[in-house]
Amino acid sequence: MMGAGEAGGAVTLVTVAPERATPRRAHWFRQPALIAGLVIILVIIALAIAAPLLTSYNPIAQNLNDTLQGPSARHLLGTDQLGRDVFTRLLYGARVDLKVGFIAVLFPFVLGTVLGSLAGYFGGWVELVVMRLVDIVVAFPFYVLLIALVFVLGPGESSIYIAITIVGWVSYARLVRAEILVAKRQEYVLAAKSGGLSSLRIMGRHLLPNVISQAIIYAMSDIVQDILAIVTLGYFGLGIPPPTAEWGSMINEGQNFLTTHWELATIPGLAVVIVGLGLSLIGDGLADLLRPGQS
Amino acid sequence: MSFVARRLLQLVPVAVGVTIIVFFMIHLIPGDPARTILGIHATPQAIAELHREWGLNRPLVSQYWLFLDRLLHGNLGQSLIYGVPASSLIWSHLPATLWLIVYATVLAIVISVPLAMLAASKRNGVRDQIVRAVPLFGLGMPPFWVGFLLIDAFAVHWRIFPVSGYGTGIGGHLLYLFLPSLTVAIALAPVVIRSLRASMLSVLGADYVTTARSKGVPGSRLFIRHVLRNAVIPAITVLGINIGFLIGGTVIIENVFAIPGVGQLMINSIFQRDFPVVQGVTLVFAVLVVLINLLTDTTYALLDPRVRFDR
Repeated sequence: MMGAGEAGGAVTLVTVAPERATPRRAHWFRQPALIAGLVIILVIIALAIAAPLLTSYNPIAQNLNDTLQGPSARHLLGTDQLGRDVFTRLLYGARVDLKVGFIAVLFPFVLGTVLGSLAGYFGGWVELVVMRLVDIVVAFPFYVLLIALVFVLGPGESSIYIAITIVGWVSYARLVRAEILVAKRQEYVLAAKSGGLSSLRIMGRHLLPNVISQAIIYAMSDIVQDILAIVTLGYFGLGIPPPTAEWGSMINEGQNFLTTHWELATIPGLAVVIVGLGLSLIGDGLADLLRPGQS
Repeated sequence: MSFVARRLLQLVPVAVGVTIIVFFMIHLIPGDPARTILGIHATPQAIAELHREWGLNRPLVSQYWLFLDRLLHGNLGQSLIYGVPASSLIWSHLPATLWLIVYATVLAIVISVPLAMLAASKRNGVRDQIVRAVPLFGLGMPPFWVGFLLIDAFAVHWRIFPVSGYGTGIGGHLLYLFLPSLTVAIALAPVVIRSLRASMLSVLGADYVTTARSKGVPGSRLFIRHVLRNAVIPAITVLGINIGFLIGGTVIIENVFAIPGVGQLMINSIFQRDFPVVQGVTLVFAVLVVLINLLTDTTYALLDPRVRFDR
């Protein structure tokens, strides 16, 4: 979306002649948004991995003689109410939030893509059942069902994965079904069908590679949503249990010191915003790369 | 009117599915739900009582029938903490939530429409680029964190707005709910700005705009009379689609600002392990989403006859 310098004429040309799939070969290194996003995310991942090298503190070790210190040479971002080094907790928190965010997006991605392709390809009662299921899940507000599910399953990492899968697959199913509905009328699919290929092979080898890009682009913003969900669950005490360093619980603990130490709640939130920015840029860059001519 | 009838008919499987999910929530609890809910100090009598009340000894299908039968009689179960019907607890918390939803929707429109107009007025111009950068930052902001920042700035530092609460009377509500509604609106704005900008750009390319232009209609008048009118309908649809997101946002924000709404009731009930209330709130929120979607669809069909004949 960002910085796509497309002319109005090119858009009509592509829609009129969809056979010419890639008018000009798009190169990933010519996408400034994609590059910027990748740099942001890779830097954060590198910082998270290198955490033990960058700080000598332990993220959960308390030091009650050293509580609520402002930023200094000894503690780059100060210490929290239990004397833990904020910079250290931020780095180790990145490990938790990024890991859970990236894993959490996989299950709904796979489940939604499979159900969406089946619905789109076979139609009939398969489609009816899948789309009714979608209707039912979207009837619940995202956070309401998520919080309720994590509550009944009990707080913790696996509950987060299960809950996000139950709530999150519907977007992928809708997206992929819509794409398949269009793609299955294309000539290459009709050719594969008349060639006598099995449905499984047509779906896996011919349809999926052509429709998956939409799902991948969506997955980028979905990771942001998942990280926000994890952080929000952490705020409600339903996320990763303490004392593990996690951005959501850091914000939550920091809110008690908003008037005296505003940075405690602000800094982990900024970390989330930066991760969100990086992933959104990657998503926009991928969109330009994989769907040339559209913005 | 057959559109409305068809739309209502489509709701039947959704309604059944929603009740099944809410019903099954107790069976997702690891172990014996009654024992888990009542805690380790519960007496065997109390556990047996809950078993009897929820019919936990019966087969699943008959448990579901029992649940559905009560539901159709307006019975969402008894609160385990307060000993009153969950429905009356929810009913008394509903006004604050509805206030917040409406207020946040209005603020989201007030924020998004001018920004989208600014962006669409010159495609790929500087203003467009700036407005398009808003979602990049906005989508990654945890709503409760935005709430803290707003409290810190406008309530603690400058003391313009109250820190928390709901206020009394319409004026009080408008004052107390301003920051919470603004927080929800900020969370919603990136999505609305994005689609509003896209729909304004497509309206700008429409034949009737070209006609109006060639007739010499001045730019500002053209934008308000021809473009804005036709672009706002899609914006309302976008808000309708995102109603689940909006309502989910109110759950979080009510807890940040201590607003006595249904969302706060939900989180408090979670901390008190008051299961019937959590179940009831989940159901009521789903009903709210379904009703608002029905309302948007119907309004849309009344405004635009083409919708009625589609599908």
